[in-house]
Amino acid sequence: MIRALVTTLILLALWQGLILATGLPPFLLPSPQAVAGALWTHRGELAPAFARTLAEVIAGFALGTLIGMGLALAMAASGRVRRWLGPMVVFSQTIPIFALAPILTLWLGYGMAPKLAVVALVTFFPVASAFHDGLARVPQARLDLARVMGAGRWAGLLRIRLPSALPDLATGLRLAAVLAPVGAVIGEWVGGSEGLGAVMLHANGRMRIDLVFASLALVVMLSLGFQRIIAGQIAARLERFAG
Amino acid sequence: MTLVLDGPAQIGGQPLFPPLRLTLREGEWLTLLGPSGVGKTTLLRLIGGLPVGAEFTGRITGRRPVALMAQDPGLMPWATVAANITLGSKLRGEAPDRVRLAEVLERTGLAPHAARRPGQLSGGQRQRVALARVLMEDRPLVLLDEPFSALDVGLRLKMQDLAAELLRGRTVMMISHDPGEAARLSDRICLMSPAGLEDIAAPAGPGPRAPDAPEVLACAHVLLTRLVALA
Repeated sequence: MIRALVTTLILLALWQGLILATGLPPFLLPSPQAVAGALWTHRGELAPAFARTLAEVIAGFALGTLIGMGLALAMAASGRVRRWLGPMVVFSQTIPIFALAPILTLWLGYGMAPKLAVVALVTFFPVASAFHDGLARVPQARLDLARVMGAGRWAGLLRIRLPSALPDLATGLRLAAVLAPVGAVIGEWVGGSEGLGAVMLHANGRMRIDLVFASLALVVMLSLGFQRIIAGQIAARLERFAG
Repeated sequence: MTLVLDGPAQIGGQPLFPPLRLTLREGEWLTLLGPSGVGKTTLLRLIGGLPVGAEFTGRITGRRPVALMAQDPGLMPWATVAANITLGSKLRGEAPDRVRLAEVLERTGLAPHAARRPGQLSGGQRQRVALARVLMEDRPLVLLDEPFSALDVGLRLKMQDLAAELLRGRTVMMISHDPGEAARLSDRICLMSPAGLEDIAAPAGPGPRAPDAPEVLACAHVLLTRLVALA
C-alpha cells in the first residue's frame, strides 16, 4: 500500500518535472493538477461513463468466463470436441480485436452488446486455455482412484478433474481480469457514445487533452480495482478451496 | 479364486518383461520386490485395470474389483477426511454407508480428524486416510504401490502394523523396495528382475512380524543380497 503510494507520487513528480523541463503546452501534455481539475469539473460526464464501462467490464468478464469454462469442460470431456474446437479457439485469437470491434458494432448495434462481445472475446481465451490445461493435467493418483472406484466419465470430470483444475482456472481469471477493461475501452472507442472510451474519443476530437487524461486515469483505477477484486476475492478463494 | 497374469509386455517394441506367470491366491499377501524399471508397477496397474504405457500381450484371469493405495495418497485437498474416505460411493452415485464410515474412522484412529482437510494432516495421517479409504471400499483385492516409502522408519513400522492388522485375511498385492517391509508383512514374496519372477520364501506365520525377529532379518538379508546382485 505504501509502496503503491510512493510509486504514484514518483510518477506524478516525473510527470510534473517533464512539463517544467520541456515546457510542453497544456494541449499536448496537461499537468497533474489540470487533470485533477478536469476530473472534478467533468464529474457529471465522467461518473456515468465510469459506471457504464464498469458494467461492461463486469458483464463481459462474466460472459467470457462462462464461455471459457464451458469450452474447456467440453474439450476436456470429449477428444472429438477438442479436435474440432481447439483450432477454432486459437483462430479466434488471431484476429486483431481493433479490426473486429467495428464489425461487431456493425452487427450488434451501438448499444452494450458489441462491447460485451469484445470483452468476452478477449477474456474467454485465457480462461479456456488455463482451465483446459488444468483439466488435462490432473495428478495421475487422482485419476487412478477415479478409475478403480468405478467413476463414470462425468463423475470423474465433475468431482475429480474440475476441482483439481480450479487453481489453473484462477490463473486464467487473473489474466482475463487484466484484459477485460482493455476490451471494454476498445469496444467503446470504435463505436458508441457511452463509457470512458467514448468520452476519451470525443475529448480527443475537441482537443480537450485534460479530459482525455482524466478518463484515462479513471480507466486505470477501474482496471486496478477490478483486478484486485478478481484476484483477491475469487482467484484466491478458488486456490484455497482446491489446494 | 486365484488371479493369474500370464504373458510378456513391451514398450515401443522393446521387451519390458519376458513372458511370466504371476499367481495371486485368495487371502494371501504377496509382495513384489525388484529394481526400478523392471515393470513392477506395470504389473500392478494391469491387474488393477489401469492404463499402462506398455503393451501387454497375454491373459489375466480371475480379475476382480480392486482398491488402490499408492505412495501418493491421492487425497482430494478440497474434501474433508470423511469425504475422502467415502469418495468411492460419491463417484459411483451411491449414498455412503455412515455406519461403516464411523467404524472405519474408529479403526484407523481418524475419528478426531474426520472434519479436517488433508492440508491440516501430517504425512502419516494422510497415509492413514488412504488406508481408511481402502477399507471403506471393501474390494476383494487390495493393491499397494510402495504405500509407506515416503514415511520415516518409525512411522513406516507403525503404518505397516496398522495395515497388516486392518487388511488381515484380504488378498493383497504390494510393491515395495524395502526388504524388511516385505519380510515383515508378506505371505509370499516375488523377486522381479529382467529375467522374470522368482519366489523367495517368506517367514512362516501371519504378519505383521517383529521387525527384528531372526526369521524376518534372515529373509530380509536374503532379499537384500539378491537385490544387490541385480543392481
